[in-house]
This record gives sequence, C-alpha cells and structure tokens, in this order.
Amino acid sequence: MSFPWAKQYEPKHPLMRFLDEKLPMPRLVYNAIGSGYPVPRNLNYMWNFGVLAGFCLMLQIVTGVVLAMHYAANTQVAFGTTEHIMRDVNWGWMMRYMHANGASAFFVVVYLHIFRGFYYSSYKAPREMVWLLGVVIFLLMMATAFMGYVLPWGQMSFWGAKVITGLFGALPVVGEPIQIWLLGGYAPDNAALNRFFSLHFLLPFVIAAVVILHIWALHIPGSSNPTGVEVKSESDTIPFHPYYTAKDGFGLGVFLILYFAMVFFLPNYLGHPDNYIEANPISTPAHIVPEWYFWPFYAILRAFTADIFFGLIPAKLMGVLAMFSAILCWFFLPWLDKGPVRSGHYRPLFRKFFWFGLIPTMLVLFYCGGAPAEEPYVMLSQLATAYYFLHFLVILPIISSIEKPEPLPYSITEAVLGKDEAAQLGDSADTAK
Amino acid sequence: MIRIFGILAGLFFSLSVLWAFISGAIAVAPVLGEYGQFTEPMADKVFHEKHPPALHLQSDGPFGTWDLAQLQRGFQVYKEVCAACHSLKFVAFRDLEELGYDKGQVKTIAAGFQVPGVDPNTGEATTRPGMPTDYFPSPYPNETAAKAANNNAVPPDLSLMAKARHGGPAYIHAILTGYGPEPEALKQQFPDFKVPSTGHYNKYFPSLAIAMPPPLTAEGQVSYAEGQPKPTIEQMSTDVSAFLEWTAEPKKVKRTQTGWPVLGFLLFATILAYLAKKQVWAALKPKKKHTA
Repeated sequence: MSFPWAKQYEPKHPLMRFLDEKLPMPRLVYNAIGSGYPVPRNLNYMWNFGVLAGFCLMLQIVTGVVLAMHYAANTQVAFGTTEHIMRDVNWGWMMRYMHANGASAFFVVVYLHIFRGFYYSSYKAPREMVWLLGVVIFLLMMATAFMGYVLPWGQMSFWGAKVITGLFGALPVVGEPIQIWLLGGYAPDNAALNRFFSLHFLLPFVIAAVVILHIWALHIPGSSNPTGVEVKSESDTIPFHPYYTAKDGFGLGVFLILYFAMVFFLPNYLGHPDNYIEANPISTPAHIVPEWYFWPFYAILRAFTADIFFGLIPAKLMGVLAMFSAILCWFFLPWLDKGPVRSGHYRPLFRKFFWFGLIPTMLVLFYCGGAPAEEPYVMLSQLATAYYFLHFLVILPIISSIEKPEPLPYSITEAVLGKDEAAQLGDSADTAK
Repeated sequence: MIRIFGILAGLFFSLSVLWAFISGAIAVAPVLGEYGQFTEPMADKVFHEKHPPALHLQSDGPFGTWDLAQLQRGFQVYKEVCAACHSLKFVAFRDLEELGYDKGQVKTIAAGFQVPGVDPNTGEATTRPGMPTDYFPSPYPNETAAKAANNNAVPPDLSLMAKARHGGPAYIHAILTGYGPEPEALKQQFPDFKVPSTGHYNKYFPSLAIAMPPPLTAEGQVSYAEGQPKPTIEQMSTDVSAFLEWTAEPKKVKRTQTGWPVLGFLLFATILAYLAKKQVWAALKPKKKHTA
C-alpha cells in the first residue's frame, strides 16, 4: 500500500529500534497518521471530520467508562443513580453532560463526514470498502446511541425504547416474537435495561474495531481530495504529519470550543425535559420524540400513513421498511452513482441536485421528525421522503450516465499551484505531452 | 443490474409515500379551505398559555450566581407549604449547607422532619428525627396513600421539576400564579368545557384543569425574617421557583463558573494551534520560490 515515495520509518533511539524489531507499533502509527502517510496536499476543512469523529469516539468511551462506575442498570435505581452522578459524584455532572452532549457532537461530525462523502462522491472506486465500513459504523452508532438514551430510565428513555422496539413488531409473523426476544419481555423492563446497558458498553468497542478497518481500508488507495483527481506524483502529496496533524489540531480546537460551550452553558438544550421525569409505564408523554440525530429517519418512518396494495403491506410495516432502507441504500451508492468524475465541483447536474434537492430534503425531514405528527408536517415529510428515495435510487443512477462533467485539472498540484508552477514541477498536462 | 434494482426500489418507496400523501390529501380535501384546522379546536388548545411569562433569576445565564437569601426564602416556602404534599427525594439535608446554613442550622432543620426508621429494640418500622445525611422524606408512606389523599392524583416529586418542564422555573412560577376563574370568553366559546370538581382552572396547565389546589392563597402565608421582602404571592412564588431551580441542579453555578476558564484556555490553545498550522504550512509555499 501507500505511494512509493512515502517516507520510511527510521528509529533513532536504541529503545525504538528494539521496539521496531519486536513489535513495530511505532512504525504502524508512523505509517498510519505520521510522516509515513502521504496525503493529497489540497484537503480542505471538510476532511477534518474523520479525525474529529475518532476523537468523539474516544471521548465517549472515556466518559462512559467513568459513568458506568457510578451507574446501576436496574429499573428501581437507574434514575436515582443518574441523579447521584449529577449531585454527589465529584465532577459527575460534568462527566454526564460531556457524555450526553458528546453523543450529539459525535453525530454532528459524523453527519458532516457522511455528507462530505456524498458531495465529493468519496464512495466511488477505489474507496468502496471505506464507504461500506463507514455505513456499518453509522448503523452501530445509531444502535449504541439509542440504547444509551434508555439508560437514565426517564420517561423518554422508556417510551423511546417502547416505540423503537415496537417497530420490530410490525414485521409479519416473526415480528412479535422478535420484539419479545429483544426486550426479554412484553414491555421494556429490567431485562431490557440490563441488556441495553451491557450492549451499550460493548458496542463502542465494536465501533472502534470497525473504525480501525475503516482507516485500514482508507490507507490502501489513500485519501481522496476535493478535486477527485487521483494522486499522480510526489508533488501531489504532503506527509500527514506535520501538515494535517497541524491542520486537524486547529480544527479540533474549534470543535472543542463549540462542544464545551454546549456542555457548560446549554447542557440540556438538545435533551428533552420529559427525561427528567422517572419512567412511568402507565403515563404516556404527550409527544414521544427521539433524540435530534434520529429525526430525519423518524420522519421517514411516520411518512407512510397509508396501506399499500390494498392492505397487503400495512402502513406501519412500510414505514419500518422505508426507515431501514433509507440507510441501507447508502451501501449501494458506489454502484448506483457510476460516473468517472468524483468531486461535485466538476459535476454541474449532480451539484444542483445535491444543493437544491438533497440538502433541503434532509432539513425538511429533520424538522418534521422533531415536530408532532400533525399537518402540515406529515404532508411535508411525505414529499421529502419521496424525494429522498428518488435522489439516491433514481436520480443518482440517471445523472451519472447523462451528465457531462466540467474539465478536470490535470493533477492535484496543478489545481493547487496553477499550471505554470505545476509545469516547473513536471506535473501538468503540458509537460506530460 | 444494481442500478435497475435501485431504480425500481426507489420508485417503489417514492410512489408508496406519494400514495400516502394523496390519500391524506383526499381525506383533508373537504376542509382545505381552513387548512391547518382538521379537527375541532379544543378549549385547552385555544386557551392554554403555552409559554410562561419570563422569570428572571440571579442564577440565569452564563454569569449567574445563587441568590442565597432568595433560596433560603424559597426553602422556607417549600417547607411550610409544598412539603405538605410534595416530596423532594433527591435532596439531602446536608445539601442545604450550600444555601448558606451552617452545620448546626442544618442539624436543626433535619431534626424538624420525621424520617422512616427502625425501632432499635423491637425492629419495628417507626419514624425518627432526621439527620443531615438523610434525604427529605416523602409526606406519604407510599404511592397508594398519596393517591388516596389527593383524589387519585399523585403530587409529583419536586427535586427535578425545574428541569422536567418546558420553561423550567418560569413554568413553576406561572403555574403557582396562574389560577383564577374561567374567563367569560372561554364559557361563551366552549359552553361544554367544564373543570372537573377535583380540578382547578389554571391557564398554564395543558388541560386547563390542574388537580393541585392553589397553594399560595394569601399575602403573608409564610412569614419571612426581618429585612426580607414582603411575602406577597408573587414574591413567594418567585422564591420557591428559584429554590426549585437549585434543587434541580445544585451544580448549575459551579458549571457555568467552570465553563469560562475552560473556554478561555481552549481559545488560547486554538489560537496557538492556528498559528502553528500557519507556520507548518508556510513551508509549502517557499518551495515554489526555490524551484522558480
């Protein structure tokens, strides 16, 4: 893997030489995120979010492990131990707010990371595997976040768990047995809370493992870049360290400022007041809404209000199928969007559908998912859902065959330095001829 | 092949949801003239005041601090009025030291409450005077007793009330002062609307009928110490709302006060990171000059 001009690791200190011989861990790091990884020289700040997502995962694991030391997964005491963390554990309130807002921050950066992938078609060959593993990470994140929200055992925890596990009940024949098997009973109770805690602790480490595969798969072809033109020569790349460690360091600083501003000044802004009421199976909240990061998909779920094929597929089942398909269809993107040009910069038609189709649609779905199931939100989310599926499954395959891309720069160097400079480096279309 | 299946699946989902859209549109077509009012408006939808009026507390905002005198007055209101029906189960007597009481005063306050205990001689359940390590006891032995005493409505625990409702302390203040007779307009517009005999009209409560009778009814219901403001209903209500803001998050002021140094440090570190980035990347530009 990597490019022939990648710098080689040369341990200087005897201890590092010893390590490199017995267990070449420093070499691995050097080649993965150090000077040994050549990266396109033109990455913009949208390429910052992968590193930030990795940071969020570590943040969640560290704060989560600390919280688990003080939390007890039992319906009798779960709500009380959460309050114990907020009141009596030293800095417990900060750990909990960091963890709760950390989940939101994680989703913010991951959504930006994913939409970066959409715009620059990062999923296209040769990076299909990177994309597939990324979608797996996203699905695991959603499962982890959902189960984490159940743990404080507040009203939204309980009713959210009930609604989401109820989705499986919509499947024909096997639905109800699956639902009972998942919950360990007929409704969310101690059995469900215990297994959710167990899985909520386990899954982040599974995510970490898939993240390693995600980065491994990325290092085979190397990072993509805003032009979408593949690396041609050494002048197209710069070593990851110090260039991108420095750039990501600044991005991390900006991220931390925004994140800690939320943690210290608006820690409950993204939460729901009902979750400060202890779970009560006989009192249903007026509006059951999931956390904000599920809203677009919750809107798709609720958009299907009519039975299909004269009742053959009930509306609820249709909604469940659509909600899962809305994410599963991302798996097929590398083969649905086939054009040779990657970057949205050079795809005029694709760019229009991205900015005026996909982005407004996601915003409408996001808004409707958080709103009560009333008009006009239902009708709006129905139109947006229709466009959502058309965009990924119909529009992308069609425009990728009919679109006439704009001319690409000859190389990354040419795109960054201009034709003349690049020619002097022997790296432009003129010198190539 | 994948693209053909993709297009078929995409059309299937889109047409299904458009079918739902059309069915919905047909169902609402007769009332399209009054779009947005598909069902008869209910009295509690029209007359419910969703947004409580603003309540300004000293603990508000990123620079807020606790007004200890107000919290002590609010505690007094809780103890003399609310505690008759409402528990405060996540607050311990020792926590009251944060309101400016000294250890001796906390001991006295705790001893004024009877908490569940065990008779050391017989092992039978009994009560004993509270100690600073005890939590505020519930006024009822169990939920059934609470229901029986309150027409089947359990008075909720107040520890987290200021975080468990939209509007927080402003909502609490609005509820406490929102009682009154049903407005004439309501009677005329919805002649069928009736507050149940066990309820009380309150325009800030979602159903307009709250089970809790007006708790603050007269000026001077709680007598404040010398030098404190006059205990009007408005004042008592504000004070107890401030107190419940504290019980909901005793670490609130510590939180915002921790936030500033953290943000200050991060701002400094980020500026350094920016300068470092600039310097590192500057190395890429002179390269042009060398080759030129």
